[in-house]
Amino acid sequence: MNRYPLWKYLIIVGAVIAGVVYTIPNFFGESPAIQVSPLRTGAKVDIELLKKIDDLLLKEDISVQASYMDKNGVKVRFEDTDAQMKGKDTIQSGLGKDYVVALNLLPNSPDWLTSLNALPMYLGLDLRGGVHFLLQVDMPSALQKARESYLQDLRQVMRSESIRYSKITSGRTSIDIEFRDESLRDQAVKTLEIKASDLDYATDERGGTSLITAQIKPEVEKRIQEFALQQNITTLRNRVNELGVAEPIVQQSGTDRVVVQLPGVQDTAKAKDILGRTATLEVRLVDEDKMDPASLQAAQEGRIPSGDDLIYDREGTPYLLKKEVILTGDRISDAQPGFDNTTSEPAVHLSLDGRGSSIFQMTTRENVGRRIAMVLVDKGSSEVVTAPVVRAEIAGGRVQISGSMTTTEAHDTALLLRAGALAAPMEIIEERTVGPSLGADNIERGFKSTWIGFAALALFIAVYYSAFGVISVFALSVNMMLLAAVLSMLQATLTLPGIAAVALTLGMAIDANVLINERIREEIRNGTTPQAAITAGYERAWGTILDSNITTLIAGIALFFFGTGPIRGFAVVHCIGILTSMFSAVFVSRGVVNFIYGRKKRIDKLAIGDSDWYKESK
Amino acid sequence: MEFFKIRKDIPFMRHALVFNVLSIIMFSLAAGALTFKGLNLGVEFTGGTVMEVGYSQSADLTKIRDSLESGGMSEAIVQSFGDSRTVLIRLPTKPEITGAKLSDQVFLLLKEDDSQLELRRVDYVGSQVGEELVEKGALALLVVSLGIVIYLAFRFEWKFGLAAILANLHDVVIILGFFALFQWEFSLPVLAAVLAILGYSVNESVVVFDRIRENFRRMRKAEVPEVINNAITRIMGRTIITHGSTQLMVLSILIFGGETLHYFALALTIGILFGIYSSIFVASPLILWLGISREDLIKPEVKKEEAVV
Repeated sequence: MNRYPLWKYLIIVGAVIAGVVYTIPNFFGESPAIQVSPLRTGAKVDIELLKKIDDLLLKEDISVQASYMDKNGVKVRFEDTDAQMKGKDTIQSGLGKDYVVALNLLPNSPDWLTSLNALPMYLGLDLRGGVHFLLQVDMPSALQKARESYLQDLRQVMRSESIRYSKITSGRTSIDIEFRDESLRDQAVKTLEIKASDLDYATDERGGTSLITAQIKPEVEKRIQEFALQQNITTLRNRVNELGVAEPIVQQSGTDRVVVQLPGVQDTAKAKDILGRTATLEVRLVDEDKMDPASLQAAQEGRIPSGDDLIYDREGTPYLLKKEVILTGDRISDAQPGFDNTTSEPAVHLSLDGRGSSIFQMTTRENVGRRIAMVLVDKGSSEVVTAPVVRAEIAGGRVQISGSMTTTEAHDTALLLRAGALAAPMEIIEERTVGPSLGADNIERGFKSTWIGFAALALFIAVYYSAFGVISVFALSVNMMLLAAVLSMLQATLTLPGIAAVALTLGMAIDANVLINERIREEIRNGTTPQAAITAGYERAWGTILDSNITTLIAGIALFFFGTGPIRGFAVVHCIGILTSMFSAVFVSRGVVNFIYGRKKRIDKLAIGDSDWYKESK
Repeated sequence: MEFFKIRKDIPFMRHALVFNVLSIIMFSLAAGALTFKGLNLGVEFTGGTVMEVGYSQSADLTKIRDSLESGGMSEAIVQSFGDSRTVLIRLPTKPEITGAKLSDQVFLLLKEDDSQLELRRVDYVGSQVGEELVEKGALALLVVSLGIVIYLAFRFEWKFGLAAILANLHDVVIILGFFALFQWEFSLPVLAAVLAILGYSVNESVVVFDRIRENFRRMRKAEVPEVINNAITRIMGRTIITHGSTQLMVLSILIFGGETLHYFALALTIGILFGIYSSIFVASPLILWLGISREDLIKPEVKKEEAVV
């Protein structure tokens, strides 16, 4: 009665083999490595790049373990960190700025394992060290900016349609347009509803003036926010690339947040500095009529002319700029440092996109001889980067900024402009930094507590339940291996709470075997034959095991959906562990029991610890 | 080896009332501690900055406090963490400095006194994130509770579901009570432990209930309290062995898992101990009070799953 058909044994053997294959990559450890990936789309990853890197390293006599190419770039493995550091410098200077050269750790597992996609578990930041940031996009500010831009549109429409309005202002939540009388206003509403359909228009009478309050339609608002978020994510990706981090993560979280994870980053201050730089660029006209010393003096004392803003440059020179923003950073498609063709001065070359080009062309045509200011807006403060005089109309969207810049400054400004093309400012609202030594400590502590706990548990169960205890321990080991294998296969992130979950799950998984073993003992006490006791024990315990595991699973799933960061790691391990434990504790352990006892005709006594006390005392 | 050689059923239910009173007293104490002392919420929930720094030698806490004070950070709480060389610094959110920058400033300040200083960990949480986490945590607790009641109502009967969840919320409140009473830090891993206990402890009640249901079928003539007594007595062995095994693992985390997991393991320990207590002395009397009867379970003839054979 206690026999498994062959296919059930095959499943068990298959699962164990798969478990072993996917678990062993975790035991090979990792080597210091370098990852070379292209920074610009022009830079290619091909055999030639690989050869070039190999040649560079060979020339410097740096010993290399292995070098290969994959879809992300070229990876080179080194013997030790010294060689890795030397290698990085060599490659970086040899390849130039088109490639990111990042330090990394690569698994040492043999190629046949890697080709099976058998990789070691993906360690979370709390285990490998690194930085995690949660950034919030300032949506009110993005919407405010959109309103400013719609205000320009409305002005343009009314001008070209010859609608006469007396005043247009941008408020906290709406754009207000004032008219002399109702008929003018009603006519304006009709036109605007067709020509500028992104807005909702409401009419009002206030203090003798006829008013239109225009609000951005909710669906448009949503689109603007989505766009702002996407733009920020793209910008962050570029910034992170400039940092040279292997395997960075930049992804959306919720409707207005971005998660950035930089594994292995040691200089967190620099990372924060570059990520936290929430600069945006604005192109504005200098109000040349008010740039006389008297007006500037007055403005500095607080009497700023209406329609103007007082902004200083780095040296402290004041400028009065018109409030109207001609272009924002999101119209810049590229910024590169370089040199002026005629004077050979360091310069920054900007490329504008289509709409940006035409706006810029129009503005420069109308403002020859005047100054255009490039303003860098950081969270809360603005700074004039440069305010060159327009010498001629600029077409084609190629703009050059030059004048009193060093090469480094040109480089920095270009980087800032390129990366600074943010649609809305962002703020770091959560930071988790784990130093590399703490990460290593955490791994050690986590594994130590799991192993010691497991050993103690195994010893106790084996002694308490004798042969059946040993079988239970075997099942528990299979469970642990399958858990490690599934985690490696899914490349789920393992965190310190995750390791704790492994320990906890193992401690809870033994429950199934305890239930079964106790049940078999009970059946024996009731006078059932050993074979029947095994069957009844497994059968009766199964319903209980199922019920109790499902309730635990409910808790695990809820934890997964409501948890964040390391808690998710805990939940993932917990849920997978419950599933693997049901397989190993019931199916695998029964298989072993059947294999040992199933073929025997007569069994005098089951080796399940002492249950004879009951009979003897009867 | 066998520890529990019990022949006669232990009359647990005869003293049901005593245990109920005991439970109510403990529950009230825990609830009182929660109300009057409140939880010492970790930085994840309150917002703020926590830094862990490692010195090359034994750290001088007074000196660290002095340098922080001179740097204008007198609100900083400085304490040693795990060993004498590791120091934990807590900083409340400052409106004028972006939280992420605050930790850089503090680190630079402390590095002036010891150039070997190592930054081991920084956790900065903005206040809005903290509020969200409190909300999410409460929501998770609610969803888990509801999910379990629904499942048990479906598998057993609503009385079982209700009894199980009351017994387990009793455990949760008592764990929280301990954290409030001793002002242990309630962090995100502790919340995970509490939720895990909720699932684990229900597991325990389910095992008891399963036996009660089976007994209703087997012991046709017995009174309800007898049925319950027999069920609890029969599974005593497995209860102690299972929880002992789980506790063995948790103990190992408590001893070797380091500071980060300390309170996590502590919460689990309390949860496991009270989980045993509550499923025997709270859940079972509760179903007795809720008036469980043989008909509740037997009539619709719940079909049992096939065993794996």
